[in-house]
Amino acid sequence: MSTSHASARETTEGTVYTVTGGDWDEIAQSAAKSDDERIIVNMGPQHPSTHGVLRLILEIDGETVTEARCGIGYLHTGIEKNLEYRTWTQGTTFVTRMDYLTPFFNETAYCLGVEKLLGIEEQIPDRANIIRVLLMELNRLSSHLVCIATGGMELGATTIMIYGFRDRELILDLYELITGLRMNHAYIRPGGLAQDLPPGAMDQLREFVKTMKKNLPEYDKLATGNPIFKARMQDVGYLDLAGCMALGATGPILRSAGLPHDLRKTDPYCGYETYDFEVPTAETCDSYGRFLIRLEEMRQSLRIIEQCLDRLEPGPVMVADKKIAWPAQLALGPDGLGNSLDHIKNIMGTSMEALIHHFKLVTEGFRVPPGQAYAAVESPKGELGVHVVSDGGTRPYRVHFRDPSFTNLQAMAAMCEGGQVADVIVAVASIDPVMGGVDR
Amino acid sequence: MSENSNGVNPEKDLGASNLPGQRGEHGEEIRVQRGMFGANNGGDTSGYGGLVRSIRLPGPSARPYGGWFDEVADELEGALEEQDLLPENAIEKTVVDRGELTFHVVREHLVQVARTLRDDPALRFELCTGVSGVHYPNDKGRELHAVFHLRSLTHGRLIRLEVSAPDSDPHVPSLVGVYPTNDWHERETYDFFGLIFDGHPALTRIMMPDDWQGFPQRKDYPLGGIAVEYKGAQIPAPDQRRSYS
Repeated sequence: MSTSHASARETTEGTVYTVTGGDWDEIAQSAAKSDDERIIVNMGPQHPSTHGVLRLILEIDGETVTEARCGIGYLHTGIEKNLEYRTWTQGTTFVTRMDYLTPFFNETAYCLGVEKLLGIEEQIPDRANIIRVLLMELNRLSSHLVCIATGGMELGATTIMIYGFRDRELILDLYELITGLRMNHAYIRPGGLAQDLPPGAMDQLREFVKTMKKNLPEYDKLATGNPIFKARMQDVGYLDLAGCMALGATGPILRSAGLPHDLRKTDPYCGYETYDFEVPTAETCDSYGRFLIRLEEMRQSLRIIEQCLDRLEPGPVMVADKKIAWPAQLALGPDGLGNSLDHIKNIMGTSMEALIHHFKLVTEGFRVPPGQAYAAVESPKGELGVHVVSDGGTRPYRVHFRDPSFTNLQAMAAMCEGGQVADVIVAVASIDPVMGGVDR
Repeated sequence: MSENSNGVNPEKDLGASNLPGQRGEHGEEIRVQRGMFGANNGGDTSGYGGLVRSIRLPGPSARPYGGWFDEVADELEGALEEQDLLPENAIEKTVVDRGELTFHVVREHLVQVARTLRDDPALRFELCTGVSGVHYPNDKGRELHAVFHLRSLTHGRLIRLEVSAPDSDPHVPSLVGVYPTNDWHERETYDFFGLIFDGHPALTRIMMPDDWQGFPQRKDYPLGGIAVEYKGAQIPAPDQRRSYS
């Protein structure tokens, strides 16, 4: 005898069951009794395997998905609107929260856009560019690790989940050391960086590269040749090149269809053209191919990080233009990170002009000549584009993020329809959508 | 533009290239700035209160545009002519600014221009990165803009298409037929700006709740928020704070 879980109510659309778990048999029995073969399953927005507050609406016939749709917007926070009410520099504090697994990509893309509007792309110091690349590649590692970890967990592979989050923790420790925070950094600013690397960061970064080189092959051992993994992922979430182009899918999804398109190679920024790395592709167009690409991209990211570490030379991390550069360098005080005491001494005791300058830049901000610009970076999920418009004022007139998760999620229907219900989870995991980026 | 009440003619400032924020010659006026510091209540203590400047977007560019821009423009114009569409009827103006090429397209011909850009072998802009709406309430008759960025993977190029629609008739043709990826992007722009993309298969709200009133990203839609007290002082809501623009 089964205990009753699923409550049912009659509506004009048919019977609606509220599923609470462990009651699938009961629903199947009720459905078998009714003459309607068609069942619509509403998955989410709080289902643990939908990567945040994503709602999937699946029309199923037996175990086959005949129609799949997404409901998004549950995490919309109006970041683009909010940006219009802060200075250009404050903007990074907002954009870092969009796709919260790729904060440094959001910050860099935004800053590249602002710098293009200001016409100062060429003046960004080398050291700032190298640290940007370094952080972005660390971020690519941490984002891919979460993707592989949660993707594995959804298949029931908890070991790979533990491994993924273990290694991501190492990267978050580095973020905390460098920026002061594990997420929401606002570290990359228009014109450069908020501050230089702290003492000891280089040693820790080198130590991390060593550890990671040891840990990365474990994912191969655990998953790459694993027959269960392959059986669940191969030929699932299929999207070929024509589908990718039509749906605007970029990143690992596009590369799994065999096209080696990577903005770091085709439209380089931050000096990526000077680094030695490869763009992995697969020909399988499926989830397994995307998984292999992510693994290989992590290896390539480690290569780039090593090259960054070898290149770093002491130097400024902010443009020399005092009308744009944030007036203070930060320093660690007894109460945490803040304006350096030397700077306070200068503006409060020595130079009235420096005080005025500091005050104007911090409260009012700098003006950006009117016009628009588009900057794009290759985020772990694909092309992250930023359209920035200025009206000549101290605040952005309009900032629009073309988030790759948002665009790629549209491919969900094409990947899932005609497949099995269980494969929906695998397909969505291979898209790697982060709702913070999708909804903004 | 006629002289305003201060006896200042903003047009005269156009030639003054050393003024901050001045760029381009004949672009649309999007804003008139008065004074320097955003203070508009109380007397003019700074002496800058009488300053009036019109802020303009970068104006149209003359040939040659430089680099591959001319090649793309030639190919596009040639391809449109082959389809018996006079380029000057379809493309209002071409702007080259900050190393980017923008075609301002008449909205009636947007789909044809986009299809040509996608299909012509010499153009091949296969990938559309979506649409971004911009609201310029002071750009009379062209208040709502839809901005598309097109990427050519074949040739490694990026261009921008811009169309405008008046507030009174906020219709723009949908590009979903040419670039299916624009499905959600156009819904998003509709949701936030109220731009209606004619021909879109299901133009509904995507971010905001279905029964939401108004279009939040328009400039006349308030940000909202409440004032907070911090250490005895009232900190106004973000949209009530002083703006220096």
